[in-house]
Amino acid sequence: MAIALVLVLVVVGSVLFHFLSPWWWTPIASNWDYIDNTIIITFWITGVVFAAVVLFMAYCVFRFRHREGNQAAYEPENKRLEWWLTIVTAIGVTAMLVPGLFVWNQFVSVPSDATVVEVVGQQWQWSFRLPGKDGKLGTSDTRNVSAENPLGVIAGDPNGQDDVVVEAADLHLPVGKPVKMLLRSIDVLHDFYVPEFRAKMDMIPGSVTYFWFTPTKTGTFQVLCAELCGQGHPLMNGVVMVDTQEDYLAWLGEQQTFAQLSAPQQVGSAE
Amino acid sequence: MSVILVFLLVIAGFAGWWLSHQRLMAKPWLEQGVIGDTIGLEGSTLPTAKIGLGVFLAVVGCLFALFTSAYFMRMALSDWQALPLPRVLWFNTGVLVLSSIALQCASVAARRGQIDTVRLGLATAGLTALAFLIGQLVAWRELTADGYLLTANPANSFFYLITGMHGLHILGGLVGLGRTAAGAWNGARPERLRLSVELCAMYWHFLLFVWLAIFALLAGWAASFIEICRQLLT
Amino acid sequence: MVDVTPADAVPPAEVAEMELYHPHSWWTKYVFSQDAKVIAIQYSATATAIGMVALVLSWMMRLQLGFPGTFDFITPEAYYQFITMHGMIMVIYLLTALFLGGFGNYLIPLMVGARDMVFPYVNMLSYWIYLLAVLVLVSSFFAPGGPTGAGWTLYPPQAIMTGTPGGQDWGIMLMLVSLILFIIGFTMGGLNYVVTVLQGRTRGMTLMRMPLTVWGIFTATVMALLAFPALFVACVMMLFDRALGTSFFMPAIVEMGEQLQHGGGSPILFQHLFWFFGHPEVYIVALPAFGIVSDLISTHARKNIFGYRMMVWAIVGIGALSFIVWAHHMYVSGMHPYFGFFFATTTLIIAIPTAIKVYNWVLTLWRGDIHLTIPMLFALAFIVTFVNGGLTGLFLGNVVVDVPLSDTMFVVAHFHMVMGVAPILVIFGAIYHWYPKVTGRMLNEAMGQFHFWVTFLGAYLIFFPMHYIGLMGVPRRYNELTDMTVMTESAHNLNSFISIMAFLVGFAQVVFLFNLIWSIRHGREAGGNPWRATTLEWQTAETPPAHGNFGKELPIVYRWAYDYSVPGAKEDFIPQNMPGSSREPA
Repeated sequence: MAIALVLVLVVVGSVLFHFLSPWWWTPIASNWDYIDNTIIITFWITGVVFAAVVLFMAYCVFRFRHREGNQAAYEPENKRLEWWLTIVTAIGVTAMLVPGLFVWNQFVSVPSDATVVEVVGQQWQWSFRLPGKDGKLGTSDTRNVSAENPLGVIAGDPNGQDDVVVEAADLHLPVGKPVKMLLRSIDVLHDFYVPEFRAKMDMIPGSVTYFWFTPTKTGTFQVLCAELCGQGHPLMNGVVMVDTQEDYLAWLGEQQTFAQLSAPQQVGSAE
Repeated sequence: MSVILVFLLVIAGFAGWWLSHQRLMAKPWLEQGVIGDTIGLEGSTLPTAKIGLGVFLAVVGCLFALFTSAYFMRMALSDWQALPLPRVLWFNTGVLVLSSIALQCASVAARRGQIDTVRLGLATAGLTALAFLIGQLVAWRELTADGYLLTANPANSFFYLITGMHGLHILGGLVGLGRTAAGAWNGARPERLRLSVELCAMYWHFLLFVWLAIFALLAGWAASFIEICRQLLT
Repeated sequence: MVDVTPADAVPPAEVAEMELYHPHSWWTKYVFSQDAKVIAIQYSATATAIGMVALVLSWMMRLQLGFPGTFDFITPEAYYQFITMHGMIMVIYLLTALFLGGFGNYLIPLMVGARDMVFPYVNMLSYWIYLLAVLVLVSSFFAPGGPTGAGWTLYPPQAIMTGTPGGQDWGIMLMLVSLILFIIGFTMGGLNYVVTVLQGRTRGMTLMRMPLTVWGIFTATVMALLAFPALFVACVMMLFDRALGTSFFMPAIVEMGEQLQHGGGSPILFQHLFWFFGHPEVYIVALPAFGIVSDLISTHARKNIFGYRMMVWAIVGIGALSFIVWAHHMYVSGMHPYFGFFFATTTLIIAIPTAIKVYNWVLTLWRGDIHLTIPMLFALAFIVTFVNGGLTGLFLGNVVVDVPLSDTMFVVAHFHMVMGVAPILVIFGAIYHWYPKVTGRMLNEAMGQFHFWVTFLGAYLIFFPMHYIGLMGVPRRYNELTDMTVMTESAHNLNSFISIMAFLVGFAQVVFLFNLIWSIRHGREAGGNPWRATTLEWQTAETPPAHGNFGKELPIVYRWAYDYSVPGAKEDFIPQNMPGSSREPA
C-alpha cells in the first residue's frame, strides 16, 4: 500500500521539482533558442508519459493489491490495445524527432556570411586564431608546433602571415555576427563549450571540426572543456567576451599577427 | 564500419531464417500439451559440438570483420603507404589449402572408418599447418629485413597485427588437432573420433576462408573490388 | 586434459544423471566445479566483491564533489582513477558478469529443463579467466602510477599519454589486458549460454514456451558475442599503440612542447569501435533485466505477462536495432554531421519496442492480484527508474538536443538511472526471488524492506536532481566545480545533498550483504516453490537443486510459462510440466 502512495509522491515530487527548483539552464546568449525549444517540447512529451505510466501503475497497485479471495484476470494479449499504444508512441516519438532533425539541419549548415575563428585546444589552455584582412586562415600542421609557433601555422603560406594569434588569452567576438568556430587540437581530445551558447563540438587532433552560432548578448562567458583531456581537465577554463562592434575592433587592433610574432626582434626594434 | 555491418547482416539472415522456423507467431497459451502426446526433442539434430563451433566461428568471423573495417577506415587517411607482399605468402596460401584438403580427406575417411587414412590426413594437416606458421614468420622476417617495420606505417602495423591474429587462431586450432590426433592414435571410439575430425575440418576450412579474405585485403584486391562495386552502383 | 563433452550422439538434455561427470572431491565440487549452479555462485560472488570496490570508489567521488577541498587524499589523479575504475567495474565486471555469468548460468539450464550447460568444462574455464581478469584489474591499484584515469571510455590519445594517470605507467596496459581476458572468458561462457538454449531445451520446451528471462539472457548473450569483439579489436590496437608505438589511433601530437613519435592515426576510429561494442553493451545489461522483471511481475501479480509474443519480438527487435545506433554516443565527437540524421532516427525508433515493453509490464498489473512482496517492490521501482531513464534517453538520442547536454551531468544522471539503478534494482528483485531456490531459505523480510526503501528512494533522489545540474551546463568528469560560473551556491548544496544520499544508499547495500549471509542459516525455510511459480526451476525434486538439476527424469513441458490464474483451475498457477487435461484450449 505504501508503495502506491510513494509512486504518486514520486510523480508529484518530480513535477514540482521541475517547476519550482532554482536549477535550470543559464540564460541563452546565442541564436540557438531553437535547441531550447526542442528541449521544452521533449520535456512536455516525456513528462506526460512519465506521469501517466507511473500514476497508472500506482492506481493498479492500489486497486488490484492482493486481498483474500481475489483472482487475477486471464488476458494473454489485446491486439487492439497494443496497436493503439504503438501508434500513439510512434506519434510522440515523431513529434520529438522531426523538430530535432530540422534544427540539426540548421546546426550543420553554416551561413555563408559567417566569419571564421579558429580555436586550438591543448593541455590545458585555449588559443585562438582569427583571419587577417584577407579573410582567410593560413594552413597549419601539428608537426610545426614549437615555442615560437604555438599553433603550428605553416610559415610558407601567405594566407597565414596576417592571421591574428591569441595565445592562451581571452577571445573577443562581435555581437550579432554569425561565427564559424573551426576546432583543432594539438594533443588530446577537447571540447569547446560555452553553456550560454548551447553549441559545442569535440576537437580532434589531426582533423578540424566546426560548429557555428551567432552571439546575441554582450558580456563575458566562461569556456569549459567538455571532453576529458587528462587530469587538468577541470582547470581548462577560458573566457569569451562578446563585444559591441567598436569594442571588438579596438580589441582586434591590439592583437599581434603571426608575422609579427614570428619576427620578435623586428617588433622589439619598432617599439 | 560497412564491412562489419555486412557481416552482421549475414548473421542476422541466419538468425532470421532460424527464427522463422521456430513458430514465433504461435500463441503459446492456446497450445497445451496433454499426457501421452509424443513430444519430440527441441533443438537441432546436428551434434551440439558442431553448433557450438559454428557459433564460435561466427564470433571469430566478427573479430576479423572488425579488423577489416578498422583497416579500411585507417586506410582512408593520408599517411597510408601500402607495402609489397612477400612472395612467400603465395606458398603459404598453397600450404594452408593443402592442410584443409588433408583434413577433408581425414574427415571422409573417418566417416568410412579407415583409421589409417585418418591418421595420415591428420598428420599431413598438422605438418602443413605448422609449415604455414613458419612461412608466415619467414614473411615477417623478410619484411622486417626490407625495412617495413611495425611502426613505420599503419599498413605495416595492420599487416603484422592481422596476420598475427590469424596465426594465433591457427595455433589454437593445432591444440585441438593435437588432441584429435592423440585420440586417433590411442584408439578413441570411432564416432567420437569422427566428430573430432569433422570439427577440426570445419575450423580449418573457416580459417582458410579467413586467410583468403585477409590475403585479398592485404594485397589490396579487396579495396579495388569495393571501388569497382562502388563505381557500378553510382 | 580430461575429456568432458557428454556422449556425442545423445543430445545433452537426454544424458541420464548417472553419466554426468559427477564431482568426486571437495575441490571439484566447490572450487573447480563444472556445475553451472556453482559457477553461477562463483561468478556472482566475484562480481559482488569487485562491485563493492566500485561502490566505495563512488563514495570517494561523491566525497570530493559534495564537499570540495575537504579531503586531501582525493587528488585530481586519484579522482580520475576512481571514476574510471568505478565505471569500468560497474558496467563490465559487475553488471555484465552478474547478469550473464551469474543469472545466466544459474537460470538457463534450470529454466529450459537441462541438466547442465552443454560444455561444462569450457564453462568452468570461463569463470577462472573472468577471475583472472578481475585480479589483473585489481592489481592495477597496486601498480606503479596506479590504475588508469582515462575515463571508462578510454578515449585515445589521452588514455595513453602522460597527462592522464596511468597513461604512461602500467595502469592502461593492465586495464587493456584485463579487458582482453574478460572478453576471452566471456566468449567461453557465452557459447554455453547460447548453445544450451539452442540445444539443451527439454522435450516440449519450444521457444515460445520459454520464460522471458531466458529470452532476455539468450538475446543479450548473442549480442555480447557479436559486440565484444569490437572492444577486443579496440583494446588490442590501443595496446599496440601504447606498447609498441604504432599509430592506429594516434595522430601527430605535441605533448607539453614535445613532438611525439606517432602520426596520422584516427582517434575517431577508436570511438567507432568502442561504441560499436558500447551501445549493444547497454542492451546486454538491459535485456536480461527486461526478461527477469517480466517474470517477477507476472509471478507476483499472479497474472500472465501481458502480450507475451510482443515481448519476445520486442526483445529480438531491440537486440537487432541496437547494432545500428552506436554513433549516437558520438554526435559531438566531430564525425561527419550527416550521420546525425541517420543515428537520431534509428535511436528514436528503438524507443518504440522499448515503450511497448513498459506498457506490457504495467498492463500486466492491471486486473492482477498483486502481492507486494519484495521482488515485486523492486520490479515496480525498476519500472519507475527505467521509464525515467529511458525518457531522458530521448533527449540525448535526439541529435540536436544532445548538443548542449552531451558530456554534462545530465548524461551521468541519465545512464545511471537507465543502466545503473534500473538493472541493479532488477538484480535485487531477482536475488530476493531466487535466493530461496539457491539456498532453501527466504531472505529476511524486515531487512529487505529497509534495503528496498532506502535503495529505491535514495537512488531516485541522487539521480533525479542530477539531471538539472547537467541542464545548467555543468560538465561531467570535473573533480572540482568551484571555478565555474554556471554552478550556483544552491547547486553546490544540492551536490552535498546528493553525496549524503549516496552514502545512505551505499550503507543499505551493506545491510543487504549482511542479509544474504545471515539468511543462509537463519532465514525461514522456503520449501521448493515459495512463490507458487510455474517455471521449471521451481519444480525440481530438491531445493537447492542437486547436480544434474532434475533427478532421474527430465521434466516434459506441456504449456507456456505464464499459466497464472487460469479460469477454472484449482490453483492460481499451473507448472509448465503439468499436462493439460483435455485438448480444448484454456
